[in-house]
Amino acid sequence: MTKWLKKFQKSQLMIPLVALLLLIFFNMIRDIGFFSINITTNNDGNTVLSGNLISILNSASELAIIAIGMTLVTASSKGQDISVGAVAAIAGSVFVRVLKEHNITWPIILVAFLGGCVAAILCGAFNGALVAIFKIQPMIATLILLTAGRPIAYWINGGATPTVESPLLGYIGSFIPGIPIPTPILIVIAFAIIVSLVLRFTNLGLYTQAVGINEKSARLNGINAVGMKFLSFMMLGVCVSIAGCIGVSRMGLINHETILLDIEMDAILAVAIGGNALSGGKFSIAGSVMGAYIIQALTTTLYAMKVSSTAVKAYKAIVIIAIVVLGSPVVQRYLLILRDRLFPKTVKAEEKQAYGD
Amino acid sequence: MPNDIVLSMRNISKSFPGVRALHDVDFTLNKGEIHALMGENGAGKSTLIKVLTGVYPKDAGQIHIEDCEKEASIKSPQDAQNLGISTVYQEITLCPNLTVAENMFIGRGNYRFVNWQTMRDKTREILEKLNIPARATQQLATCSLAVQQMVAIARAVDMECKVLILDEPTSSLDEREVGKLFTLMRELKSRGVGIIFITHFLEQVYEVCDRITVLRNGELIGAYDVKDLPRVQLISKMMGKELDDISQMHSKSPTGERSGNVHVLEAEGLSSVAATKAFDFKIDRGEVNGFTGLLGSGRSECVRAIFGADKVTGGKVLVNGKPVKIAKPKDAMKLGIGYLPEDRKQDGIVDELSVRENIILALQVMRGFFRPFSRSEAEKFADEYIKLLGIKTASSDTPIKSLSGGNQQKAILARWLLTKPQYLILDEPTRGIDVGTKVEIQKLVLQLAQDGVSVTFISSEIEEMLRTCSRLIVMRDREIVGELMQDDMTQAKIMHTIAGEAAQND
Repeated sequence: MTKWLKKFQKSQLMIPLVALLLLIFFNMIRDIGFFSINITTNNDGNTVLSGNLISILNSASELAIIAIGMTLVTASSKGQDISVGAVAAIAGSVFVRVLKEHNITWPIILVAFLGGCVAAILCGAFNGALVAIFKIQPMIATLILLTAGRPIAYWINGGATPTVESPLLGYIGSFIPGIPIPTPILIVIAFAIIVSLVLRFTNLGLYTQAVGINEKSARLNGINAVGMKFLSFMMLGVCVSIAGCIGVSRMGLINHETILLDIEMDAILAVAIGGNALSGGKFSIAGSVMGAYIIQALTTTLYAMKVSSTAVKAYKAIVIIAIVVLGSPVVQRYLLILRDRLFPKTVKAEEKQAYGD
Repeated sequence: MPNDIVLSMRNISKSFPGVRALHDVDFTLNKGEIHALMGENGAGKSTLIKVLTGVYPKDAGQIHIEDCEKEASIKSPQDAQNLGISTVYQEITLCPNLTVAENMFIGRGNYRFVNWQTMRDKTREILEKLNIPARATQQLATCSLAVQQMVAIARAVDMECKVLILDEPTSSLDEREVGKLFTLMRELKSRGVGIIFITHFLEQVYEVCDRITVLRNGELIGAYDVKDLPRVQLISKMMGKELDDISQMHSKSPTGERSGNVHVLEAEGLSSVAATKAFDFKIDRGEVNGFTGLLGSGRSECVRAIFGADKVTGGKVLVNGKPVKIAKPKDAMKLGIGYLPEDRKQDGIVDELSVRENIILALQVMRGFFRPFSRSEAEKFADEYIKLLGIKTASSDTPIKSLSGGNQQKAILARWLLTKPQYLILDEPTRGIDVGTKVEIQKLVLQLAQDGVSVTFISSEIEEMLRTCSRLIVMRDREIVGELMQDDMTQAKIMHTIAGEAAQND
């Protein structure tokens, strides 16, 4: 038991978990009703679950999916893709464009999604080429699509913000009749399972980390470093297109200016809160996903406290500063020293002085 | 003569998680003395130095500087520097993106303003005095590794130090440069500087040092005058056992089986972007050959071209008599070629990954992206080779960066042995590692050859090459200038070939 505890203390998941627990604790003191889950009947006559917890899980869906892709890009290319919001707008626009020109049926939705996917993967390939082949810093490289992405999305639908209406889209964006859990949550679960299967049954994790830690060495061991970076950007493209399509399905329309606005910053934050080094290398997808839910939980808590939506970002910033500083190596070491002083007995057993400093 | 003592360390102890790195170690350094600190990998030499220079806090013990009664408090490298302790580490710790002059003066003194002109002039003066072939305004990264090392030493020397620590300064220098460094060390010694010299080259210890302190497994074995401690004794003290006579190994050196005319690997007119002259090369089954030459003569570039590590620009390669195309490392790996690179830190280890992941990496890549080893398979491989090569690590899960240099090297060696290569290229496998491990690696090479593996072995130590190789390819100025076999393989002959005199006799 103690061994498990020790292992956990070293784990990078400790900070996000503690943050999440603190948030829950805070809400428990503030208003225990925050956690209530109700069974209600929505406008379409479905029996559904509602409440703050469901709303957190639901609204964080896009962020969680993008954070997964962002983690891979961060790990392999030692930088972040800041064009995800703009590319999601492109993918969403393609999705809507295809839907608008056809009768909406499941096959058409699939085709539309694949169309959006291809567009986002192409964008990913563009970013990947700049980063992997031309060795441009990821943030600079993706700045191009951050700037150009939403105008491209505007152009795809001829400047309009078209609406697409179909109960089928409602199934994706809110509820499938008979299932009380919001569909985006189910999509995240399915996607997370797929990603963990991919990580389990391929060498994606090992290769990505090797490239991120020591590219030269990875190459000399036969790993295609350029290819791995490329791949990570394209996989982020897939994530972004899924997020974009969920976003469109929720609203039943695409507004290229506002869809998933500023999500790149939240996604990078989610990766950081998850304990992943933004300088690449080792990564934990679970950490990033947890980071995404923490960000959303924070937002929802603030809304529940009736903080105005413009002020929310400022409050969020304060909490995030706290989390990131708490997770920094300097504070971590200080905390260890503090603990050793408070509980001198445990010092010998643990000897947790800076390893390979 | 207590007044002569410039540094005394008493009862120093230091532990890391799971490892007792130092236990009750004493160390005394006199003024004007070159003092060798000897020990195998993981004996605690580097830890002792890092405690002295404030990189690690010590768990127990005292440090006194000169005849000062008060205990010196060294909490950071800056403190150490202020007390007159300067260090040149094994790995170059300068900033490659700054100029030589900036590197010499960065982080010194508490000035707010910098007079760039004086700084450059002063640097130029020091460089000239020490005969270092670099310009003050040159960016450090454009200097060779050896020159970078010398700049680091010049920087340390210039800081009015009482104690100069040289941690493996010679591992990347060639003989001429080592000579220059020794001249410099002797001059400093005559000025009364106490020098702590850490090296794995026994010859150098006996050439330049006055006293030797031996550590083993974090404990002090003893301090001796050089003249009282013959080599064999030193080695046996370091290893804690009698060393089998390494010189015996030479006779066992295999010459390879001549199985018809088919060579394991044959290259014709091979050239790469790394700018060596196109060269021919061949190796037989079970043969050990070597590339020798001064630093920068192109030995590494040749083997890199064979492995496809640099872009190949021309030439033909035959493996087992069949023409093949090696455009990238993976092609070579698939043909059963392994390559242990020269620069372990930059090209070898993936430092944050575990020992296990580092060991299985190459085999895993050969097996394919979609066929990862299960955790238990990987563990089995790693544990097998950790045991086989005696890699000292807490577990196979430990990050490789926390291992000592020699053990890291063994792990990389394990990585390639695991792929069961038919041809293994070892570029400086023994650089910066202790005598015991060196001998182990040499033995392993000979064992591999007996098992039918062909090996190309590169080392800066000619004795080592003579002991292991049956054929030496001599390089000068990025060109193969000779090939020596059997009876021709003597130090003198090699030197002559490198110098270009033998060419006239041919």
